[in-house]
Amino acid sequence: MAPLLEVRDLRVEFPTRRGTLTALDGVSFDIAPGEVLGMVGESGAGKSMTGAAIIGLLEPPGRIAGGEIRLNGKRIDNLPYEQMRRIRGREIGAIFQDPLTTLNPLYTVGRQLVETIQSNLGLDAAEARRRAVHWLEQVGIPAAAQRVDSYPHEFSGGMRQRVVIALALCAEPKLIVADEPTTALDVSIQAQVITLLKGLARDKGTSMMLVTHDMGVIAETADRVAVMYAGRIAEIGPVREVVKHPKHPYTRGLMASIPPLDRRVEKLAQIDGSMPRLSAIPPGCAFNPRCPEVFGRCRVERPVLLEAGGTRAACWLYDPASEKRAPEAMRHG
Amino acid sequence: MLAFVISRILQALPVMAVVALISFAMFAYVGDPVAIMLGQDFTEAQRQALVASLGLDQPFFVQFAKFLWNALHGEFGLSYRLSRPVAELIAERAPATLELAFCAALVSICIGVPMGVYTGLYRNSWLSRLFLTFSLIGVSLPTFLIGILLILVFSVWLGWLPSFGRGDTVQVGWWSTGLLTASGLKALILPSITLGLFQLTLIMRLVRAEMLEVLRTDYIKFARARGLANRVIHFGHALKNTLVPVITVAGLQLGGIIAFAIVTETVFQWPGMGLLFIQSVNSADIPVMAAYLMLIALVFVTINLVVDLLYYAVDPRLRVGGGAARGH
Ligand SMILES: Nc1ncnc2c1ncn2[C@@H]1O[C@H](COP(=O)(O)OP(=O)(O)OP(=O)(O)O)[C@@H](O)[C@H]1O
Ligand code: SF4
Ligand SMILES: [Mg+2]
Repeated sequence: MAPLLEVRDLRVEFPTRRGTLTALDGVSFDIAPGEVLGMVGESGAGKSMTGAAIIGLLEPPGRIAGGEIRLNGKRIDNLPYEQMRRIRGREIGAIFQDPLTTLNPLYTVGRQLVETIQSNLGLDAAEARRRAVHWLEQVGIPAAAQRVDSYPHEFSGGMRQRVVIALALCAEPKLIVADEPTTALDVSIQAQVITLLKGLARDKGTSMMLVTHDMGVIAETADRVAVMYAGRIAEIGPVREVVKHPKHPYTRGLMASIPPLDRRVEKLAQIDGSMPRLSAIPPGCAFNPRCPEVFGRCRVERPVLLEAGGTRAACWLYDPASEKRAPEAMRHG
Repeated sequence: MLAFVISRILQALPVMAVVALISFAMFAYVGDPVAIMLGQDFTEAQRQALVASLGLDQPFFVQFAKFLWNALHGEFGLSYRLSRPVAELIAERAPATLELAFCAALVSICIGVPMGVYTGLYRNSWLSRLFLTFSLIGVSLPTFLIGILLILVFSVWLGWLPSFGRGDTVQVGWWSTGLLTASGLKALILPSITLGLFQLTLIMRLVRAEMLEVLRTDYIKFARARGLANRVIHFGHALKNTLVPVITVAGLQLGGIIAFAIVTETVFQWPGMGLLFIQSVNSADIPVMAAYLMLIALVFVTINLVVDLLYYAVDPRLRVGGGAARGH
């Protein structure tokens, strides 16, 4: 099946007074129709930046400096603001992290739903309102017909995130970019909200890019997973392969650090050292100062994504031409 | 809602009481009203009679209570200078000041808010820079200088607008209005601009700062992610969220406009309360000064109440939590 979203060699730069920072460098991945791509990585790895680039809402002065983003084969990374606006909401929906701040406090949730439905689908006010109530029911708001006229502050955090989900889905986009949709919620309701989101996406055949720190959520929800490190993709592949048989040394560290019984850890636990700042990314492999497997080539040449037996990993251990090779790469290669 | 209004009025009472006390102290202890009223020739008996009739021989708080009681009935005694009831004098002058203040407020809001929105949205355009430079001038030039410059250009050089007075006025009941005649309207232009300019620049800078702040919020980003049009985001979502602070400041400024009309009224010889006050100060006309002071305090307190009620209208979060929380 042709991918719904194709990201190719995406490069995002921030011009600053002390030179240009490269926040994303050579990021490439696809999302198929109906597929959920999980995205993990330490704080600052560039997950949110990738989402912002896809919906065309990078914060200035950040800008796409190279590569392509295609939706249904059509380039969307270089569209004028007004054309991109028509894609947002209707073709790509977004869910942000903190439901307490993503809703306008001065308008009722109904009004926010109605304006979204009307501006994206061009329905009349009565029909838009009918759909607004319908969507509130869909996301499990009790007594939706009455609650539609409530203000955001009259809902709990979990209920507000449900409203945000309704807002993201109400114009029936094909793709949802969900950036840590449950991180700000009470632990006891995180699972409910994820289940709801996953169920709705499946029912509507909506694809999703799901950013999260929660490997448990990834394991249950995602079809494939991408691991980001210092603005690059370290490894990408089917979720079971990446979780059970990680290939990239960084992913291995990540998975090994997850307690086996309770997999719902808040943050990815530590690997020795820390991710480099954008202004100090080392040459060659960005992970080389922390990598237990590092060898000569790693400090000179930047690895590209290589077939690594079930997943693709940006690591020289999987290049047949390297002087050092991963044991399983030997077997596969 | 009603409880909120009542609690606000109760909070305002001590403020009014303090102002009344100051006015009274001025009335009773600044200068010697007896000496002023008696003039040169008097007998001790006449003096005693006047002291008794003014109640000056009574204890302090009896005098104060009487003063308050009279003030509540709009009785501030006779003007020393004009020998007419103070209330009558003020009622005569109030329409001129209120019309001027209203027009100045209108100018400052109708121009200041759009300029603030524009400079907030298009931070780096040359027009925004021009507006900001202009606002610096507006803030730093003293009011009387602006008034004189305007008179120089538009009255003296161009001869388009009158340099002083209210023009022709029409009597509507006891209210004399300049809003119904061409010359009255023309006469309002320069004083309104002079009086409103400072507030205009203040409102513009405030709206700009608030817009910049609101445009960075998550709900504006989310509104963009929902595919709403810029017009809706800027004027529906962003501007409305800047309103609470803008209402506060605009409200307080309106009080300020009325109070500081004194300078503008003097420059333009505008026959309002401010001019009356200045003339009263020159001749130590204490009753008029005391009454003016209390009136201005009343204006401030009333405006504060209206501002609080407007919060209610704008921000739904305040409607549940009672009136205690203000703003964010
Ligand atoms: N305005 C900016 N100027 C310069 N650098 C920025 C700016 N905004 C973000 N960055 C940098 O871009 C990088 C990617 O940030 P991003 O928010 O995408 O991280 P993330 O993976 O979403 O992390 P988290 O898990 O904390 O949300 C970070 O290193 C961050 O410091
Ligand atoms: S390329 Fe080298 S440094 Fe980078 S992850 Fe692979 S082995 Fe480690
Ligand atoms: Mg993030």
